[in-house]
Amino acid sequence: MMTAFFALIRKDILIFLNDRKAVIMTIGVPIIIASFFGYIFDSTEHSDQQSRIPVLLVDEDASAVSRAIAAKLGKEKALDMRPETLANAREAVRKGKAAAALCIPRGFGALAARALFRNEDKPEIAVYQDPTRGAETGMVKGIVTGAVMEAVSQAAMTDAGSVEQALRDAESGRDMPSDVRGPLVELLKGVRKLNAIAAARPGQPAAGGFSVPFTMRDEMVTARNGAVYNSYAHSFAGMAVQFLLFFGIDTGIAMLYMRQRGLWSRLRAAPLGRGTLLASRAASAALISFVILCVMFGFARLVFHVKIENVEGFLVVSAAFSLLTATFGLLIAAVGNTPEASRGIAILAALLAVMLGGAWVPTFIFPRAVQQVTQFIPTRWAVDGLDGVIWRGYGLGAALTPAAGLTLCAALFGLLAVWRFRWNAE
Amino acid sequence: MLEASHLKKSFGELKAVEDVSISAGPGEIVGLLGPNGAGKTTTVSMIAGLTVPDAGEVLVNGAPPRKQQIGLAPQDLALYEELPARENLRLFGALYGLGGRALDEAVKGALELVGLAGRAGGRVSHYSGGMKRRLNLAAALLHDPQVLLLDEPTVGVDPQSRNAIFENLLALKARGKSLIYTTHYMEEAERLCDRLTIVDQGKVMASGAPDELYRLLPAANLVSIDLETPERPLDLGELSGKEGVRTAERVNGVLKVGVTDLARDVPGVLGWLTAHGHSCRHIASERASLESVFLMLTGRSLRDQ
Ligand SMILES: Nc1ncnc2c1ncn2[C@@H]1O[C@H](COP(=O)(O)OP(=O)(O)OP(=O)(O)O)[C@@H](O)[C@H]1O
Ligand SMILES: [Mg+2]
Repeated sequence: MMTAFFALIRKDILIFLNDRKAVIMTIGVPIIIASFFGYIFDSTEHSDQQSRIPVLLVDEDASAVSRAIAAKLGKEKALDMRPETLANAREAVRKGKAAAALCIPRGFGALAARALFRNEDKPEIAVYQDPTRGAETGMVKGIVTGAVMEAVSQAAMTDAGSVEQALRDAESGRDMPSDVRGPLVELLKGVRKLNAIAAARPGQPAAGGFSVPFTMRDEMVTARNGAVYNSYAHSFAGMAVQFLLFFGIDTGIAMLYMRQRGLWSRLRAAPLGRGTLLASRAASAALISFVILCVMFGFARLVFHVKIENVEGFLVVSAAFSLLTATFGLLIAAVGNTPEASRGIAILAALLAVMLGGAWVPTFIFPRAVQQVTQFIPTRWAVDGLDGVIWRGYGLGAALTPAAGLTLCAALFGLLAVWRFRWNAE
Repeated sequence: MLEASHLKKSFGELKAVEDVSISAGPGEIVGLLGPNGAGKTTTVSMIAGLTVPDAGEVLVNGAPPRKQQIGLAPQDLALYEELPARENLRLFGALYGLGGRALDEAVKGALELVGLAGRAGGRVSHYSGGMKRRLNLAAALLHDPQVLLLDEPTVGVDPQSRNAIFENLLALKARGKSLIYTTHYMEEAERLCDRLTIVDQGKVMASGAPDELYRLLPAANLVSIDLETPERPLDLGELSGKEGVRTAERVNGVLKVGVTDLARDVPGVLGWLTAHGHSCRHIASERASLESVFLMLTGRSLRDQ
């Protein structure tokens, strides 16, 4: 029985290797697609170019304040800011060439400096936005708020003319409750004194106005300090899962086709049990899948520097998923009727599972309800498991959970297949 | 010794095999003859254990057969086209538990028997049709089965390869194997088989050695006579009443007379014609064939239906 078992596995592998097209389809194509997805989602690759938000600035004020705002926005890493006229800016946003356009109106600098101390007569910055890019516009607004606060408060407090003007306004007391006036005058006088001291000591920063009172340090949270998340890791995991499922389908469909050929009679005439036949098919398919996974991630390692943080975990998850793929094929061979119809249904099921499993786009993008549901989909265990061992820093223990889930599922498929498989005299 | 008795198999309404019995002793080639759809493959499948008969039983040496005892060369080529011939044979041998040296020798022996030893490394998809047929046969021999079931092993095979296959089968017969050979080529069956079973629409029409089957025919020879004056009337009744004449009919102006013994009976027929004022333009005789046996048994010709 073992002789037959190993001979059948050998046969399957020889046939697979013999079919150049199959080899390319199952190894080359996923590598190409995964490379493409990885490139698209790669945040390190083009964070300096494509992923900056294009913003247009219309400066109708042309004051010291508006120029300071423009300068600050120009230095923002997240923005790709260019000056533009109002008409052109609106047009560009409408055509989707910019996420938003900001218009600083005439007199903004002076009005804003005054409004800093009074909750009224606030000037407006118009934000013309692309309705499809709400999230980006929100981000732009946040950045602009910071820049405006810095520029305006700086101008209001360090520019002698502005301080004197504000002081005169406060003392004259127009439109201001009397209990506010006293403290405000005191404050402005204090500012004037600070500025005078700063002027006497060149090289020291002046009172300076407000600045954002903190800075942010970005660090990607990955397996260990300094281990870099690599979008190729996820895309390779996703595409490997998808194409290995396709490979599993192909093995199942091939068995359905074989049923229609004389070979089936030959196999059934031999003293060969269905257990041996199915086990050998599962073993060969799992072996081939496992090798494909290793080849794919070997490629990702060499070309895209995807480093697998937990190699044992990777091997365990890969082996479990390979088994799942193989038994998925058996199940198709067992319950399928005609090869053509079965292929259609199987591919549909696989694509759904792959999509919901997060192989195309990560599951965290899904709505919460969908995320909940996808927790029960084995492809998600596979994708998350691979992500986990590659860069999320799963230890072997954490890797065993998805691996056990996948193996259980594979066992279920295998049992169903053995149960439903039509083999003995028909 | 293979004995299959009273096999029956229906597929839904269709009675594919109604009551077929067939047996083959050691060193015997038994032909299973019949037109397309007669139930030959279904019968062979039941013997091979691929199809469960609705009724009847199959015995090899008096007991239900073990798969090891039977070698099947299916009607549809049963080969992995993607693999070299040798890999095919190694796999099929391994399915019967052969390994190591035993497998090497079985593969070598089978390849030599079918004359493919020189091409064993080539992919089957690059083989000619006749070579595939021969390999298909070789694959059934690896485990040295007692009973060989050959389902149309010569379909699409050129005469040369066919002769090669026949030689192989005779060699197996000489080694004491029991062979069942299905075909719808009567001349093959006549040449090769010790005994024949003729089936049609799932039923056995006749069974026996070729000579026994010929004896079923009213006449062993058919004499065709072209008359000089075909339009002149002829008393066929009187002619058929003559000693030695079994049948007499006119087909398209040609007189066809069935006789048992040419030397003894033909002079009488010619004398009778002369006596009635007929002269012969041309005379030909043909030996009765299994084809005519089949025609007589079923009223239909074996081919082209
Ligand atoms: N699996 C099946 N399901 C339904 N009908 C079948 C099946 N197998 C055979 N038949 C029918 O049974 C009849 C006998 O088929 P079988 O294959 O035994 O004929 P055969 O004598 O081998 O013919 P051929 O010379 O064409 O090979 C045919 O009418 C066929 O259509
Ligand atoms: Mg047939």
